[in-house]
Amino acid sequence: MREVLELLESDARLTAGQIATMLGRDEEEVARIIKESEEKKLIQGYFTLVDWDKLGAEKVSAVIEVKISPQRDVGFDAVAERIYRFPEVRSVRLMSGAYDLIVMIEGGTMKEVAHFVSFKLASMEYVLSTATHFVLKTYKHHGVIIDDKEEDRRQVIMP
Amino acid sequence: MTLQTDWRGMLNPAVRDLPPSGIRRFFDLVTEVKGIISLGVGEPDFVTPWHIREACVYSLEKGYTMYTSNHGMLELREEIARDIRDTYKVDYNPRSEVLVTVGVSEGLDLAMRTLLRPGDEVMIPQPSYVSYAPCVILAGGRPVYLKTSVEDGFQLAAEQVEKAITPRARILVLSYPNNPTGATIDRKNLLEIAEVAAAHNLVVISDEVYDKLTYVGEHTCVSSLPGMRERTVLLNGFSKAYAMTGWRVGYAAGNGDFISAMTKIHQYTMLCAPITAQLAALEALKNGRREMRKMIDMYNRRRRLVVDAFREIGLPCFEPRGAFYAFPDIRSTGLTSEEFAVQLLNEEKVLVVPGNAFGEQGEGFVRCAYAASLEDLGEALKRMGSFVKRRLGRGKVLTASFRKPEQDEGEGMRQTV
Ligand SMILES: Cc1ncc(COP(=O)(O)O)c(C=O)c1O
Repeated sequence: MREVLELLESDARLTAGQIATMLGRDEEEVARIIKESEEKKLIQGYFTLVDWDKLGAEKVSAVIEVKISPQRDVGFDAVAERIYRFPEVRSVRLMSGAYDLIVMIEGGTMKEVAHFVSFKLASMEYVLSTATHFVLKTYKHHGVIIDDKEEDRRQVIMP
Repeated sequence: MTLQTDWRGMLNPAVRDLPPSGIRRFFDLVTEVKGIISLGVGEPDFVTPWHIREACVYSLEKGYTMYTSNHGMLELREEIARDIRDTYKVDYNPRSEVLVTVGVSEGLDLAMRTLLRPGDEVMIPQPSYVSYAPCVILAGGRPVYLKTSVEDGFQLAAEQVEKAITPRARILVLSYPNNPTGATIDRKNLLEIAEVAAAHNLVVISDEVYDKLTYVGEHTCVSSLPGMRERTVLLNGFSKAYAMTGWRVGYAAGNGDFISAMTKIHQYTMLCAPITAQLAALEALKNGRREMRKMIDMYNRRRRLVVDAFREIGLPCFEPRGAFYAFPDIRSTGLTSEEFAVQLLNEEKVLVVPGNAFGEQGEGFVRCAYAASLEDLGEALKRMGSFVKRRLGRGKVLTASFRKPEQDEGEGMRQTV
């Protein structure tokens, strides 16, 4: 199971047949594992990593540190939910340390992001403070180095 | 008056008459062709793991740019001894029984030069890595080839060694997992070979540079066999397991008297292995396990894909259990290894190495390194598929000699036709 998921995580396009061959397993067994993982939401989705910068697409992203006061019975979760329901929010994580939530947000323009922070986030109940950091450049994303310059430099034939 | 110098006449005949490497010859052909996918590279497609490179960069910043002890840094030798002990339960004294070399390549050359007297015989299983015979010849010895075949899973058998024994027989080279076949050798065969080696007082030079790249069963370290530690020169290095080919660092482990004799040549001809490479190797041994395992898992997955694809294409392929080579049987195409490789290169721009570059016994096969990305492998296999289809489609009648005898899937035989 783990190996199947690892392979899919590295390349979502691999077919059950290819995975089965690579792992020396039965194709039907692998197909069943994938289906079960999808049903159990172990597999949350299949995505494509796009370098939007290269396309020249205007996209602004920011990480926002959020301090909140936890609520009785539900702790941080209820506030987190109010935040992660916004579609422009790409990720929300509860953190140890100086702030509570780290929120990654993506918008079309700086203005949109600023608008979200001031009108939606900072003014939200139980949110004590926010600190917004705009992303200037992405070097590595989901374990993939953007524009990796490390190419195959081997001689074409070697003993 | 100018003196016309005839350089050919001035050359050492042993060097002059050394045939150029079959691979080299092929290489000259290749440099002309653009846009090829190469399965001809006998080295990892991975770049050295970053933590190792970073450790080296740091060492340079700290000013580690000097010679080391001739033997190699003690700390590295200690880690090498620990690694061998942890993996194979064989003890080597890092102070007297380990020498850090410039790759297995240097270890091999030193071992031959340290041991051989003119005319001594060295038994070399074939097909095998291209350097063994030249190193023997350059050291004044005489190579004797022991032919292994696909029917025996390219494993050497004790009887073959026994049969080749002459009064001049001194050394037996063992090289498993094997380049170019990917064969490993069963422990049982090694035990029998060890008996023959002991009976005839042979030194065994065991090149185990692919030991960590064993996918089926467990690698048996030759010096871990009963009585073999004392008669074995164990050669290994960092090139393959840690993707460190360009660093040029390896080691020899063996009897203390032998290692100190070997160190004499090393000291006068090499002085020491590069310090940057030694520090990188140290980092590899200390912290490199996880990254190494990851690379090996990837090779293993590609191995299964490639073998499966060859069989699908219609090329019988012996199951390689180690290294990163597949060695498909191309005789059904009616072509020789060289014809196959040259025509495949011209028509499909896929580079494989003709099997006969690794000795006569490799004729009828080609070596395909699967140390390549999945994308490249997929594309290369597709192209090879159409190439083979065209050849088989031409309706060449297979002569009886081209057909393999039917095989059981017995021990060491993984031939699927
Ligand atoms: C069997 C074998 N031994 C030795 C070597 C050379 O190793 P090193 O880089 O340690 O000199 C190779 C490289 O291809 C090899 O295949």
